[in-house]
Amino acid sequence: MKLGWIIRGVLLGALAVAVFGPLVNMLLWAVAERWYFPAKLPIEYGFSYWERVFRPRGNAMESLFNSVVIAGGTVALCLAVALPAGYALARLRLPLRSLILLAFLLPQAVPNLAVYINVARIFYSLGLNGTIAGVVLVHTVHGLLFAVWITTAAFAAVDRELEQAARNMGAGPLRTFFTVTLPLAAPGILASAIFVFLESLDEFTGTYFVGVPDVMTLPLLLYNASAGGNYQIASITALILLIPSIGFMLFVERFLRADVLAKMGG
Amino acid sequence: MSEPAAASRAPARDAGGAGTGLLLLAPALLMVTALFLYPLGYSLTGAFRGVDGAWTLANFTKSFELYSRDIGFTVAIIGLSTLLIAFFSIAIGGYLTLGENRTAVVILRWLYRWPLFIPFIVAGQLMRAFLARNGMLNNTLMAMGVLDPADAPSLLDWRGIVIAFVWKQTPFVALLVAGAMATLDRSTIEAARNLGAGRLRILIEIVVPQVRQTLVVGLVLSFVTMMSVLSVPLMINAQSPTMITVDMAFRINAYGDYGVANALGFLSCALTGAVAWIYLRHGIRERGRQ
Repeated sequence: MKLGWIIRGVLLGALAVAVFGPLVNMLLWAVAERWYFPAKLPIEYGFSYWERVFRPRGNAMESLFNSVVIAGGTVALCLAVALPAGYALARLRLPLRSLILLAFLLPQAVPNLAVYINVARIFYSLGLNGTIAGVVLVHTVHGLLFAVWITTAAFAAVDRELEQAARNMGAGPLRTFFTVTLPLAAPGILASAIFVFLESLDEFTGTYFVGVPDVMTLPLLLYNASAGGNYQIASITALILLIPSIGFMLFVERFLRADVLAKMGG
Repeated sequence: MSEPAAASRAPARDAGGAGTGLLLLAPALLMVTALFLYPLGYSLTGAFRGVDGAWTLANFTKSFELYSRDIGFTVAIIGLSTLLIAFFSIAIGGYLTLGENRTAVVILRWLYRWPLFIPFIVAGQLMRAFLARNGMLNNTLMAMGVLDPADAPSLLDWRGIVIAFVWKQTPFVALLVAGAMATLDRSTIEAARNLGAGRLRILIEIVVPQVRQTLVVGLVLSFVTMMSVLSVPLMINAQSPTMITVDMAFRINAYGDYGVANALGFLSCALTGAVAWIYLRHGIRERGRQ
C-alpha cells in the first residue's frame, strides 16, 4: 500500500511538473523586471512591462483590439454560413452527406501552410492582403470544421417530436424553427462559437502570411517579442492568450453536452 | 448575414428536397472551395511549374538538394512525437479506465488536460523559456544537485520541438482515447480480471485493441497538425536542420520562391495524404457501422 502511493506520487508529481513547470516559468517571466544568468529566480519583480503592454495606443492594445475584432468577425461569418449548412445536414435528406461533412474537415486535415502561402498570393492580387477582412476570411475557413460539425450535431440532437408538437399546435415552420429548434440547439451553437473564437484568437500561420505587414494580432506580437528576446512582453501576451483557452478547457463539458458530442461527425 | 435566408428556407424540412439542402449548404461549400480547395490546387500544381509557367520537376530537384536533411528531420521529429503521444495517451487513458485508486484517478483526470486548448504559439514560447540552457528545467535540476552546471544542456533543438509537440498534443489524443475506453463493455475486462490477468496485460490485450480506431484517428489528426505548425519550430529551433515548415516560410519571405515552397508543401501533403487515407478509411467504416 505504502509502496503503491510512492510510485503513484512520483508519477503524478512528474506529470504535474511537466504540465505546470513551463506555465510557472512563464508566470515568473511575466512579473520579472530583471532576470538573467545565472540567477535561478528573477532578480527583481515588478509590473513595468505590464504598463508597457497595457499602455493605451501601445502595440499590444492595438494587437488585442485587432485580435478581438478578427475573432468576432470570424464567429459571425462562420455562424452565418454554418447555421444553414448544419440545419441542412442534420434535418434534410442529402446525397453524399458524409462526403460533405468530410469536405469541411479538409482545411484541418491537410497541412495548411502551403495553402496559406497561395491564399496570400491570391489575396495580394485582390488587395485583400494586410487587411482585417482578408484575415477573417482565412480564419473562417479554418473554423468551419467546428462550426459545421458542432451545429450539425446540435441540430441533430434536438428531439423531432418537440418540433412536430409545435407544428401540430399550429405553429408555422418558421416559428417552429425560431421558438423550438434554435433555442434547443443554442448550447451547442454557443460551444461552436467559442471554439471558432478561440481558434481565431490563437491562429498564427494564416495571419503571418495574409496579415503582414499591417495586421498585427496577439500571436504575431508574441512571436515578435520572443524573437526580439523580450521574454517579459512575450510572457504577458502568452498569458492574455492563455486565460480564455484554460477557461474553456475547464468548462468545456458544460457547453458540449454528451448527447451533442455523441452525434459529432455522424 | 445569410441568417434571414436560413429562416425563410427552414420550412423546406417538410419538403425535404435535396435541392433546398444544397442551397442551404452552398455558402459554406463555396467558402471551402474558393478559400481552400482552389489555393490548394494552385499550390499542388505550382509545385510542378517553373518561374516561366512551364511544367518541370526542377522545384523538386532543388528542394531535395537544399532540404533533404530537413525533410528527413521533419519526418523523424513528427514520427517520434506521434509514438510518444500514443504511448502517453494509452498510459493516461488506461489508468483512468483501469486505475483502482479513486484519488489518483481524480488527480490524473484533473491534471492531464491543462495543455488541451493552449495555442501552439504559446506552447512554443513556454518551452523556449523552460528548456533553455538557463531555463527553469536546468535550474531546478541543478538546485536538486542532479545536474552539474558545466554540462547543462540547451534542449532547444529537435528535442525541444518533440517536447513541445508531445506536451501540447497528448491531452487531445488522451481525451479521445479515454472517452472511447470509458464506453467499453466492462464485462470482458472483469472476466479477464477474474481469470487473474494483470492490469497491464488487460490494457494491452483487451482495452487497446478495442479503442484502436479512436487512437488512430487522434494520432492522424495530431500528425497533420504537427505537419502544419510553423510557430513551434520557428520559436524553438529555426536553425538548420529544422522542419520544412520553416523552410517554406523562408523561401517565401527571403526569395519569393513559390516553386520550392510549393514543392515542399506538396511533399508534406503527400506524407499526410498517406496517413490521412488511413483516417478516411476508418471514418467511413465507422459511419457505415452506425
